[in-house]
Amino acid sequence: MKVLVPIKRVIDANVKVRVKADESGVELTNVKMAMNPFCEIAVEEAVRLKEAGTASEVIVVSAGITQSQETLRTGLAMGADRAILIQTDVALEPLAIAKLLKAVVDKEEPGLLLLGKQAIDGDNNQTAQMVSALLGWSQATFASKVAVDGDKLNVTREVDGGLENVNLNMPAVVSVDLRLNEPRYASLPNIMKAKKKPLETVTPEDLGVDVTPRVETVKVSEPPARQAGVKVASVAELVEKLKNEAKVI
Amino acid sequence: MSILVIAEHDNAALKPAVLNAVTAAVELAGHAGGDVHLLVAGENAGAVASEAAQIAGVAKVLHADGAEYGHGLAENLAPLVVKLASGYSHVIAAATSFGKNVLPRAAALLDVQPVSDISAVESADTFVRPIYAGNAMATVRSTDSVKLVTIRGTAFDAAAAEGGSAAVESTDSAGDTGLSRFLGQELTKSERPELTTAGIVISGGRGMQSGDNFAMLEKVADKLGAAIGASRAAVDAGFVPNDYQVGQTGKVVAPDLYLAIGISGAIQHLAGMKDSKVIVAINKDEEAPIFQVADYGLVADLFQAVPELEAALDG
Repeated sequence: MKVLVPIKRVIDANVKVRVKADESGVELTNVKMAMNPFCEIAVEEAVRLKEAGTASEVIVVSAGITQSQETLRTGLAMGADRAILIQTDVALEPLAIAKLLKAVVDKEEPGLLLLGKQAIDGDNNQTAQMVSALLGWSQATFASKVAVDGDKLNVTREVDGGLENVNLNMPAVVSVDLRLNEPRYASLPNIMKAKKKPLETVTPEDLGVDVTPRVETVKVSEPPARQAGVKVASVAELVEKLKNEAKVI
Repeated sequence: MSILVIAEHDNAALKPAVLNAVTAAVELAGHAGGDVHLLVAGENAGAVASEAAQIAGVAKVLHADGAEYGHGLAENLAPLVVKLASGYSHVIAAATSFGKNVLPRAAALLDVQPVSDISAVESADTFVRPIYAGNAMATVRSTDSVKLVTIRGTAFDAAAAEGGSAAVESTDSAGDTGLSRFLGQELTKSERPELTTAGIVISGGRGMQSGDNFAMLEKVADKLGAAIGASRAAVDAGFVPNDYQVGQTGKVVAPDLYLAIGISGAIQHLAGMKDSKVIVAINKDEEAPIFQVADYGLVADLFQAVPELEAALDG
């Protein structure tokens, strides 16, 4: 079984993002970029499936600008076998990405798609559900445990009240949550090896997909700032203020 | 054209976030015109449909009944939403794990780009939503003919659960796709209020040092009627289960009072609680970033301060 892992290049999770002065977006120039943390978990899970003999091949795919190659190389260094870059300068929305991924799936015919539950830039949490819909496949979002059982997939999902277990027909689309695994760091030899692994580049036109955005960004602004309040000297003073000043207890 | 709200429930009762979604829907109807309808798809969920009909502001409840809707599976709900969507200007759901699971699937089938987790409605087609974990706010305009939107529950007040008298109308099932099966669930049992709707939340961080020490927070929570939360650091350290997690990767809360105990205040945690009305931080590190957002900060050893707090609440 092939496993396809769509991954995204985003601002590094440790960087404090800054809104541009003209409110057109956030500052991306000279900002450290990295693989979306949830995507790392998806790559890790796919590589573990291969190490366990369940997956035959792991393919990482990313859609975006030329520099997304770096993110794909990171995926290859973690253990993916080959990479596909869908190259475009258009700022892609999840619907467009889902259509692009469907076109790749139609060609590659994987048995499983593993994706991060959301990217930490747009925080949309949509792509897995949307590509699953377009493919007419089963879906399990927010996975904290994934086990292949013959031609079925058992997934434990993180839901609001706790955990939920579902059984999916394969092929399936799974979006992964934080507790699924602890992604490995790529070793230097594997980083070197990754440079020689195949990386194919295609365009949305090659795949016959219209990626015109449907949602226009009017502006991006700073969130309302919260002012620091006062320091209290004791628990007694705290309780007094909560009762008589804030009136919340 | 009207607004359709996809209602989340457990076949016995509505989830509280539905009331927040109804408020957002009423606001949308104010811009776009039309009524607010509620879709209750479930298995023997007639009581839920009746409950939904009581919500102030709801004009009609569509009730679809069938075993295929018994567990909120997205594969079965999405085609039902698609079948109904043509009669609506907007289809919305609360941005809970249920809404996030179902709504994008329906949107893809409708060839619509959904808008996730909005915190404000500017007009019928323009919404404000947090991006980058709330470190920026994007104002976006949807050009799709029907708009599919999830709403951030904490950003909209709950509609009154009573006072309405909507008609309940049966609607046909869209069938069982047979793609997936529900096996079971392990819900965290708690006598306390639910984290996302609690008026008071007390959360512990890495400073709690162990899961056992959360018993201290439980005592305070019992006295305040509070829900218990945790930072990602506390969850990752195995102190408490993941569904306690408040933050970018966990739950977003906005209670009247949020007590952060032994929490440093990482950006990822602040994203989940900074809209709380009053924030209290207790931390022994006076440089902790949590103090920059706290209305009341107490620099103290939590192992002394929390029992003192519990005792003081008796007074």
